[in-house]
Amino acid sequence: MFAFLVRRLGQAVIVMLVISLLSFSIQDQLGDPLRELVGQSVSEEIRNELREEMGLNDPFMVQYGRFLKNAVQGDLGTSYFFKRPALDVIMDKLPATIDLVIGATFWILLFSVPVGVFAAIRPHHWFSKVAMGVSIVGISVPVFLTAIFLIYLFAVELGWLPSYGRGDTVMLLGRWKTSLFTLDGLKHLLLPSISLASVILPLFVRMIRSEMMEVLETEYVKFAWAKGLHKRRIWMIHAFKNTLLPVITVGGVQLGIMVAYTILTETVFQWPGMGFMFLEAINRVDTPLIVAYLIIVGLIFVITNTVVDIIYGMVNPMVKITGQ
Amino acid sequence: MDKLLLSVKNLEVVFPLRTGAVTAIRDVSFELNQGERIGIVGESGAGKSITAFAILNLISKPGYLASGSIEFDGIDLAEADEDLMRQIRGNRISMIFQDPMMTLNPVLTIGTQMEETILAHRDTSRDDARKIAIEKLKAVQIPSAETRLDQYPHELSGGMRQRVVIAIALLTDPQLIVADEPTTALDVTIQAEILELLLDLCNEFDVGLILITHDLGVVSQVTQRILVMYAGRIIEQGSTSSIIENPMHPYTKGLIGALPEMTTPGEKLNQIPGVMPSLQDIPSGCPFHNRCRYIQDVCRSRLPDLAKREERLIACHFPIQYD
Repeated sequence: MFAFLVRRLGQAVIVMLVISLLSFSIQDQLGDPLRELVGQSVSEEIRNELREEMGLNDPFMVQYGRFLKNAVQGDLGTSYFFKRPALDVIMDKLPATIDLVIGATFWILLFSVPVGVFAAIRPHHWFSKVAMGVSIVGISVPVFLTAIFLIYLFAVELGWLPSYGRGDTVMLLGRWKTSLFTLDGLKHLLLPSISLASVILPLFVRMIRSEMMEVLETEYVKFAWAKGLHKRRIWMIHAFKNTLLPVITVGGVQLGIMVAYTILTETVFQWPGMGFMFLEAINRVDTPLIVAYLIIVGLIFVITNTVVDIIYGMVNPMVKITGQ
Repeated sequence: MDKLLLSVKNLEVVFPLRTGAVTAIRDVSFELNQGERIGIVGESGAGKSITAFAILNLISKPGYLASGSIEFDGIDLAEADEDLMRQIRGNRISMIFQDPMMTLNPVLTIGTQMEETILAHRDTSRDDARKIAIEKLKAVQIPSAETRLDQYPHELSGGMRQRVVIAIALLTDPQLIVADEPTTALDVTIQAEILELLLDLCNEFDVGLILITHDLGVVSQVTQRILVMYAGRIIEQGSTSSIIENPMHPYTKGLIGALPEMTTPGEKLNQIPGVMPSLQDIPSGCPFHNRCRYIQDVCRSRLPDLAKREERLIACHFPIQYD
C-alpha cells in the first residue's frame, strides 16, 4: 500500500509539472498584460521599465523556473485585477464551486445507480425506455441551455426558486464558507446543481446500464442463477459489483470534468465560484489568475484520479495495491 | 435402485428471432433413474446444452419452452413457478459449466461463492455453511481447503477452479448434476482427473448425472447410457457400451469413427463430410440425409421416427446391422 502510494505520488508530481509548464506557457499568448495594468497615458519607456521590473523580458525558461520556485512555496503569482495573491483569490471562490459539485454529485449518486440498474434488469419496461430517452436529451442539450430553461421555468414563470447567487451562507471552521447548511443556501443551490448534473447524470445512467447488461450475460451470472440464489443477491452482489469496476474508473474522470463544467453553470447562475471567476479573469487578461486556476483544476484532477485508483484497487481483488 | 428421478417428455424449445421462430430442440424425451449417469452427445448446435438448461428453466432469452413436460421427483418443472424453480436449482439439481475461468465471479472469494449457495437453500449459520464448504472442498481433493476459501478465483488454476465448481455443485447434496462440457476447457491431463473425480463423487453420493459433451471418449468413461442428438432431435439412444461397440445410426458411427483413437497414427483423422444443417433450414426427410453414406430415396422425403430396436431407440430408416 505504501509503495503504491509513493509510486502514485511520483506520477502525480510529473503530471503536475507538465500541467504547470503548459499553463505557464500560455502566459505569453494572451496579449500584453501591461495594457491591462496601466493606462493609455503611460509612456513606452515606463512600460519597458515595468516589464523589466516584473521580469517579463527574461527568457521563457528563466521565467518558468522562477514561477515554479514560487509555486512550490504556495505562491502562484499575484492577480493583476485583485492585486492579491492568485491562490488566495481562488481559495475564496473554491468553497462555492465545491458546494456546487457536491450538490451535483448528490443528484448523481441518488439517481444513477437505481435508474441504471433498473434499466439494465428490465430493459423493456416503460420506465427504462423513458429514462433512456430522457438521458439522451440530457446528454445532448448543453448545460447553459438547461440552466436557462430551469431559470425561466422555476424562477421567472413559477417564481419558486431564486435565479442567481448563493443565498445565505455559514462559515465552517472559520474559513470554509458554505451554503449547504442554510435553507436559503440550499434553495439557491437547487437549480445550479441540477443543471450541472444534467449532463453527467445521464452519462452515468447509460454507463451503468450498458455495463450491467453486459455483466448479466456473463457465465458467472448464469452460474449464480443455476446455484438458485435469490435474484436480488444476483443483481446487487454478483452483477452490480462487477458493473462498478469500469464505472469507478470512468466516473472518477467524469467528476474531474464536472469541475470544468462549473464554468458554464456558474456563469449562467452568477454563482460566485472559481469557474465564474475564471471567465472574468479571461476577459480581464488576468494572466496569473488564469494560470493559477489551470494549475488548481489540474491538481483536483490528479487528486481525484489517484483516489479513484485506490478505490478501484480495493474493489477489484485482481489489482494488488502492493507496488509490485 | 431403479427409482425414476427425471422424466423428460416431448421437449420443444423455440427461439423467436427477427427472421422467424427457430425450434432449437424438438421432441426430446428421455428418462433418468436415481443415481444413473447419462451422456448427451452431438456436434455444436445440436441442442445438447439447450436441453440441459431447459431442465432448470434457464434457457437464455428470448428462447422459451414451447411444449413438453419435465417431471423431476414428482414435480413438473415445466409448470413450476420461479420461486419453486429457485429452490430446486443448485439445491436438488446442480449444474457444472463449461469454462471454469468464466463460471466463478472474479470479485467474490471462493468462500463467499460457496457459502451463499448453502445459505440460499438451508437455514444455517455462516459458520456451519463454512464447515460444509470446507468438507466439500476436501471431497474434491483440494489441498488446504481452509485457505482456499479466502482466495479469489484468479488465484487458482483452471483445474482447481473446476474442482471448486464441482464442490459448489455438491454443497447441497443434490439428486442430479447437469454437467455442460465440464472438461472441454481443460488440459487433457487434467480432463482425466476431473472426470474420474466426477465419477467417484457420483458413485459415492449416489447422484444422477447428465453429462453433455461432444467427446464420445469422455462419455464412454463415465456414463451408463448415451443420447445422441442431431439438429435438435435425439437420433439414437441406448446403453453406452452397446452404442460405442455397435453404433446403429450412421451419424453415431461417424462420430465414433472420428475419434482420434480410431485412426492409425500418422494417417488423416476421419471425419463426417459436410456440416450440420442450420436450425433455420433443416432439410426435409431425415436431417442427416445429405451427409449420410447410406442414403436412399426415402431418406430425403420422410423423417424417420425414433423407434425401438433391440434395447435401442433409433431414428433411421436403414440402421446399420450387426451380426
